Amino acid sequence: MSKEDKNIPDHKEILLPDASKLIVSSSPHLHDSGQVAKIMREVALAMLPLVVAAIWVFGLPAVRVLLLCTAFCLSFELISLKLLGKSLKPATDFSAVITGMLLAMNLDANAPWWICLIGSFIAIVVAKQLFGGLGYNPFNPALVARVGLLIGFPDIMTVWSPTTAAQKVSTIDAQSLATPLEIASQSTAAGKELLWDNYFDLFTGNISGCLGETSALAILVGGGYLILRRIIWWQIPFFYILTVAIITGLVNNFVPMATPDALFHILTGGLMIGAFFMATDMQTTPVTRKGGAIFAIGCGVITSVIRIWGAYPEGVSFAILFMNAFTPLIDKMTRVKPFGFWQGESK
Amino acid sequence: MADHLLFPGGVHPKDGKSISFSMPIQSAPLLEEYTIPLSQHIGTPAQPIVKRGQRVLKGQKIAEATDNISAHIHAPTSGEITSVSKHPITGEMLAMTNCIGPAGHMVSSLVITSDGEDKEGFTLMPIEEWQSIDKKILLERIKEAGIVGMGGAAFPTHVKLNPPQGKRPDTLIINGAECEPFLTADHRLMLEEPEKIIEGILMMKYILGAKTVYIGIERNKPDAIKTMKKHLREGIEVRELRVLYPQGSEKQLIYALTKRKVRMGTLPMEVNCIVQNIGTAFAVFEAIVMGKPLFERITTITGEPVVRPGNWRLRIGTSIGDALKMAGGVKDPEKVGKILIGGPMMGLAQFSLDTPIMKSGSGVTLLNKDEIVQYTSVPCIRCGRCVDVCPMNLMPSTMSIQAMKERFDLLEEWHVMDCLECGCCSYVCPSQRPLVQLFRLGKSHVLKKRQRELEKLKAKG
Ligand code: SF4
Ligand code: SF4
Repeated sequence: MSKEDKNIPDHKEILLPDASKLIVSSSPHLHDSGQVAKIMREVALAMLPLVVAAIWVFGLPAVRVLLLCTAFCLSFELISLKLLGKSLKPATDFSAVITGMLLAMNLDANAPWWICLIGSFIAIVVAKQLFGGLGYNPFNPALVARVGLLIGFPDIMTVWSPTTAAQKVSTIDAQSLATPLEIASQSTAAGKELLWDNYFDLFTGNISGCLGETSALAILVGGGYLILRRIIWWQIPFFYILTVAIITGLVNNFVPMATPDALFHILTGGLMIGAFFMATDMQTTPVTRKGGAIFAIGCGVITSVIRIWGAYPEGVSFAILFMNAFTPLIDKMTRVKPFGFWQGESK
Repeated sequence: MADHLLFPGGVHPKDGKSISFSMPIQSAPLLEEYTIPLSQHIGTPAQPIVKRGQRVLKGQKIAEATDNISAHIHAPTSGEITSVSKHPITGEMLAMTNCIGPAGHMVSSLVITSDGEDKEGFTLMPIEEWQSIDKKILLERIKEAGIVGMGGAAFPTHVKLNPPQGKRPDTLIINGAECEPFLTADHRLMLEEPEKIIEGILMMKYILGAKTVYIGIERNKPDAIKTMKKHLREGIEVRELRVLYPQGSEKQLIYALTKRKVRMGTLPMEVNCIVQNIGTAFAVFEAIVMGKPLFERITTITGEPVVRPGNWRLRIGTSIGDALKMAGGVKDPEKVGKILIGGPMMGLAQFSLDTPIMKSGSGVTLLNKDEIVQYTSVPCIRCGRCVDVCPMNLMPSTMSIQAMKERFDLLEEWHVMDCLECGCCSYVCPSQRPLVQLFRLGKSHVLKKRQRELEKLKAKG
C-alpha cells in the first residue's frame, strides 16, 4: 500500500474544476471546423477567378455590376431579416454575397443599376426569404432572378456589351454583340452549319455574353478548387457536362446543321458556370451523390433540348430551375439503403 | 493479406491521443471511499448481498446478478459497507444509497469505506491448466468474476461467449481499434501486457470453439501492432485497420475484417462473429489464471486541462474527482468546459465530480471551454455531408427534420433504430445541427412505443 502511496502527487495544491460550472450536453463534444459561413466563404473565394476573368474581358463596368449586385443582395437580406423579425446573424454567412455574385455573373457588363436592384430583390426577397431563408428555398435564387429579368425585360437582358478586346478594333461588327450561342442559333435558323474556328477565345472567355458565361478557364480553376476542398461533389459538373456533350455531339454528328459540335456547346453559354456553381448549390439540389448525378443528367438533357430545339438559344437556367423542382422527388428516389440492409448478402 | 475493407462513411476527428499514450499504466492510490453502482452493465441491476455495516474483503462479491443478462459486482478493497450517501448536488443525506451514474440519472449503489488494509479475499481458485478444463467451468468462472465488455456497452461477457443453441460462431474478433479520440487505455494495455491479452484471447477462442481470431488494431498504433504480432500464437492474426472513426464499432469492424455484413436489426452472431475488447481479454485472463474478479480496470485520464494526464489502473467506484486528483488536478479550473466519461465522440458529459467510474469507464476526458462546440439548430442547408459520413448509411438530414417535427413514426421507418449514435453526422454538420442528439431522443420514443405495443399484445394474451 505504501508503495502505491507514492503515486499521490506531492503537488502543493491540486486544483479541481467547479462541477457546477461544467457544461453538460450530449455527445459528440467535438466538431469539424466546417461551418456554413466557412463553406460559403470558400464558394465566394472560388468565384474570384471568374471575377478576374470578367474584369479582363469587360473591364471596369464588370466591377460596377458585381459591386452593385452584391451590395443590393446583402441589403435586401438585412432588410428582410429585420422585417421578418429574425436574427440578423444569417446575413453574415456569406450566402447573400454569393447570390449577389452569381446574379452579377448572369448580367451584362453594362446592365443598368435598376436591373441589378430588381434582380437582387427577386433573388433575395422573393426566391429566398419568402420561402423561409437559407435552407428552405427550393429554387436557386440567382437563377430565379435571371429568368424573372429575362421575362420582364427581354430587350435589356439580351443585349451584350462588346468585350474590351473587340472595342479596340475600330469597327465593331455586329457579331461581337451577339453571344456565340445566339450566333449559332441564328445560323441554325438560317439553315446553315456554323463553322466556329476560334475555340481558344471560347475557352479563355474572350467573347460576348453575360459576365459569367465567358471564361471556361476561370470556371475550371474555381470549380476545381471547390471539388478539391470537398465543398462540391465532382459528380454534378461531370455528369451535367457529359450529358450535354453526348446529346449535342450525337445530334451534330448526324445533322450538323441542327446544332454546333459538343465542344462549342461546352464552352459557350452558362453551361460551365451552371454546372460548377449553380447545379451544385446545396440547398436546391439533392442531398446524396447519386441524387446529384441524376439531377445533373436531368439538367444536361433539358439544356441540350432547349439549345437544339427550343426558342431560346440558352437553356441552362431553365434546366437547373426545372430540376430544382424535382429535387424532393429525386431525394425520395435515391434514399440510401442502410448498411446491412440487403438481405442474403451477409456472406 | 490484402487490405481490409471500408465501411461506408466515417470521420477523422482530432485524435488527442498524444496527450496520454506515452504514459505507462500506473496503479492508483487507495482511496477512502468507493461508490459502486449496482447497474454497471446492460441488463438488470445486480442485487446487493451485503448489509450495512458489514465488513468485506477486496474481491469479495457484494452484489449478485439477478438474471441471465446481469453481472456480479465485487468489492474494490477491504472495508465497511456504509449505506448512507450524500446527494451529490443538494448534499442531503439520502436514505437510499444512490449516486449519479455516468448517464446522469440516479442509480442505486453501495458505498465502501476502506479500512486502509486492502486485504484480499478472492474466493475463486486460480486455474492454470485451462486448456484441459471443461468450457462450462471456464464460462462459469467468467460469470463469477463479473466480467462485462469493457469497451463501452458493458454487455456481460459470459452471455456473449455462450451463443444460443444452434449458433456456432467461427470467428472471434478482438477490438483493438480504440477509435475513440483521446483514449489510450487499450493501447497501453497492448504494449504492456501483450502475453496476458493473447492468453485471454486464447481462452475465449477455446470457449467459443472459434476457428479464426482477428485482432484489429488501427494503424495509428504501430507499436501496439508490432508488440502484439511478436507475441502471437497459433490461430490468431493481427490485422491493421485504417484510421477512421468509428472503426471500433462492432458492425463496421466485422465488415472491415471479414467482409461480412451484419444485417440490420440482427446481432453479430448472425454472421458467426463475436467481438470482444482488449480490456475484456485481459480481465478474462486475470479471472481464470489468477482467480481475480473484475474490480479494477485501465482508465485514461486525459485532456488539455489535466496537469498529469495518463493511464491508471483504477478501482471500480473511484469518483471522477478522486481520479482527477491522481492526475494532479487541472491547470486552470476556470477554463474547464466539460468532463466526460469516455472520449469526446461518444462520452457522457458529467455535472458532478462524485460520479463513479464503472466497469465500462475507459476514460475520463476533460475539454477546455474553447475546445467544445454548442450545437444549435440552424436550418439544414442540405449539403449532404451527414449522409456522406454516416457509417450506417442513414439520412441524418431528413431524419433530423422528422425528429424536430416529432414524427417518431417516420423516424422509425427511416431506420433510426439502426443509428449507432456514433455522432459522425453531428460532427460534420456545418449548420451544427444536433443530429445524433435528436436521434437519441427519437430512439427512446420508438423504444417506448414498442414497449407499449408489447404490453398491449401481452394484455390481449
Ligand atoms: S449518429 Fe447515427 S445517424 Fe449519425 S452518423 Fe452515426 S449512425 Fe449515422
Ligand atoms: S450535414 Fe447538416 S446541413 Fe448538411 S445535410 Fe446534413 S443536416 Fe443538413
